[in-house]
Amino acid sequence: MAAAMHTATLPFFSSSSSSSAYKTINVSGRLRLGLAPLPGSLAGRKGSIFVIRSEAGFASGSNARARSSKLITNAVATKPDASASSTGSKPGHELLLFEALREGLDEEMARDPRVCVMGEDVGHYGGSYKVTKGLATKYGDLRVLDTPIAENSFTGMGIGAAMTGLRPVIEGMNMGFLLLAFNQISNNCGMLHYTSGGQFTIPVVIRGPGGVGRQLGAEHSQRLESYFQSIPGLQMVACSTAYNAKGLMKAAIRSENPVVLFEHVLLYNLKERIPDEEYICCLEEAEMVRPGEHVTILTYSRMRYHVMQAAKTLVNKGYDPEVIDIRSLKPFDLYTIGKSIKKTHRVLIVEECMRTGWHWGQSTSSNH
Amino acid sequence: MAMAAHRLPSSSPLRSSLSRILRFSRLFSSQSSDDQTVLTVETSVPFTAHKCDPPPRTIDTTPKELLGFFREMSVMRRMEIAADTLYKAKLIRGFCHLYDGQEAVAVGMEAAITRRDAIITAYRDHCIYLARGGDLVSALAELMGRRAGCSKGKGGSMHFYKKDAQFYGGHGIVGAQIPLGCGIAFGQKYSKDETATFTLYGDGAANQGQLFEALNMAALWDLPVILVCENNHYGMGTAEWRASKSPAYYKRGDYVPGLKVNGMDVFAVKQACSFAKEHALKNGPIILEMDTYRYHGHSMSDPGSTYRTRDEITGVRQERDPIERIRKLILSHELATSSELKDVEKQIRKEVDDAIAQAKEIPMPDPSELFTNVYVKGYGVESFGPDRKELKGVLP
Repeated sequence: MAAAMHTATLPFFSSSSSSSAYKTINVSGRLRLGLAPLPGSLAGRKGSIFVIRSEAGFASGSNARARSSKLITNAVATKPDASASSTGSKPGHELLLFEALREGLDEEMARDPRVCVMGEDVGHYGGSYKVTKGLATKYGDLRVLDTPIAENSFTGMGIGAAMTGLRPVIEGMNMGFLLLAFNQISNNCGMLHYTSGGQFTIPVVIRGPGGVGRQLGAEHSQRLESYFQSIPGLQMVACSTAYNAKGLMKAAIRSENPVVLFEHVLLYNLKERIPDEEYICCLEEAEMVRPGEHVTILTYSRMRYHVMQAAKTLVNKGYDPEVIDIRSLKPFDLYTIGKSIKKTHRVLIVEECMRTGWHWGQSTSSNH
Repeated sequence: MAMAAHRLPSSSPLRSSLSRILRFSRLFSSQSSDDQTVLTVETSVPFTAHKCDPPPRTIDTTPKELLGFFREMSVMRRMEIAADTLYKAKLIRGFCHLYDGQEAVAVGMEAAITRRDAIITAYRDHCIYLARGGDLVSALAELMGRRAGCSKGKGGSMHFYKKDAQFYGGHGIVGAQIPLGCGIAFGQKYSKDETATFTLYGDGAANQGQLFEALNMAALWDLPVILVCENNHYGMGTAEWRASKSPAYYKRGDYVPGLKVNGMDVFAVKQACSFAKEHALKNGPIILEMDTYRYHGHSMSDPGSTYRTRDEITGVRQERDPIERIRKLILSHELATSSELKDVEKQIRKEVDDAIAQAKEIPMPDPSELFTNVYVKGYGVESFGPDRKELKGVLP
């Protein structure tokens, strides 16, 4: 899929003020390529903006949690077109993305008895995308709870249970259904930690598939990132490979913050080899998919694969793109992104979204 | 056995001598034998039940408990009136929903349960916070937005929380606390705590869909939740007959049993709540409808008289006021003279004034508090403040 690209040098680190040209090219109705001005607050400042104290972004964090002794600290995945070996020492095992999610969930439920799952058809049916298959027989009906079709209320219930100390994983059968629970997610999930003065933490994980599938219809093809972007206190991550799906699922469950994990309907059957050892992915880190020199391409979720295909074409034409899968939608990994932009001075954002409301518009205008 | 419908049989020689002894002992002190004497009182009206057997009308109490009720309700009443004055003096801004008139619900409920049971309510939460063990200074400081408030000044009138007393707040959106309450009950059932959750909502919230969704789930899984509808007959400015096709809120649960309780009678509330807790721990959810009344308007910006007559308000104040009922009970049992009770009220007034003075001295939160407590610092997570001075965390 060749796309005509418009590159412009953004006056990024110059001392003059910002607002570079903003051009968009619509390749297809669903894709939006755009050159966006960088976060406004950055452009106004002079000199070195990123106060990066440690170069060790992927440092071997030595303070591993007591429990697991064999955590892999390097969160950078191999390129999707690379064959076989993972970053682990052992050969690893091959599985599909939804199985990776299930593995992550299974391991966390075995590790911590407070982790429970609730959602529609997660128990006996096994999950509409088979992510929770087999968990109900293993852990029982109370820990893998089949709820009636009442998104607002069971999301609220998950949040109430989290206030007492449980760690629920709430599944929306499709991300679009979570719009019904928006009040609970925004007010009670995101803001409760603040309005209670820090007394209550809400360690929930809200997950579900979203995004464009094959002729699913408008209501079932929504992306909610831009809606959730402005909710304070909420963390958002998007997984794109089996490796980071499992890692992000585990990290999200262990996090004390409410985390929304965006999956994609068309990515569930991706096959990949992942390590046998236990590992997690940092919730706030972006993944460097392909280092390069000429332009930084920021993307996430399914668009990563489109971008990698496009990158092949670009390479044939003589360009050297740097592809970053941002993974963490809120808050951004400004370290990785900033370092890359510092190098290339050109940004291209590839995102799957509605034409009228896109995540980057929200986030570039917010002070992240 | 149940006594006759009127008040306690008057002078039996034993009773009058006992009461004389009690009168001469110091009031409100724990050294007297106030715990041992058992008085039997009757609730003002019998309970009306839906799909369950109502509890008995008679309830045993002690003089200490009676005097304790009087004191607690007077403190609540006094604090709410003080909040009214503070609001008009612009020391409290924003919303301020006052609970005076409804104190019996808070006090009666607290008397029936333990601190390990959970309570969650909507925005009319000042007095429930006090009942759960909150102190006056932190309540008033939170109302005024000071840093020593119960939510560090970040919550305000509608967001009082007390985690160690299992008080889950304080929620602004009507009805949103109901699924939360069922979730708390779910957590209690999951951890096998043998405790229950009281989820309070109003007659306005009784028409919310999430109530019925949560009720369905609670009944499906036998969660130990008691849904308490504090029916003060007005949903802000709309009377209940204009908002609800069926104002019998205790029956709205259909397959869930319900009980209608006179919410201005603290003993009825106490009896109903202990009955409900027992029921919920065994059989799952139950609805309690507390028939109560609020003297103030919906909030401080509502005069409260555009949708109801002043005669109605004064009528309820004269006939059904919870504090007056207890006062009459105390006087009829000769546990204290009316001048002694007035002394108690004066003392409470002074206490509240002292608390206000203390709370006024507390400073506002530091501006850096705008950015704390947004995220929890923990595993793999650190938030960036807008000045980006904080870094992300590294992998463990």
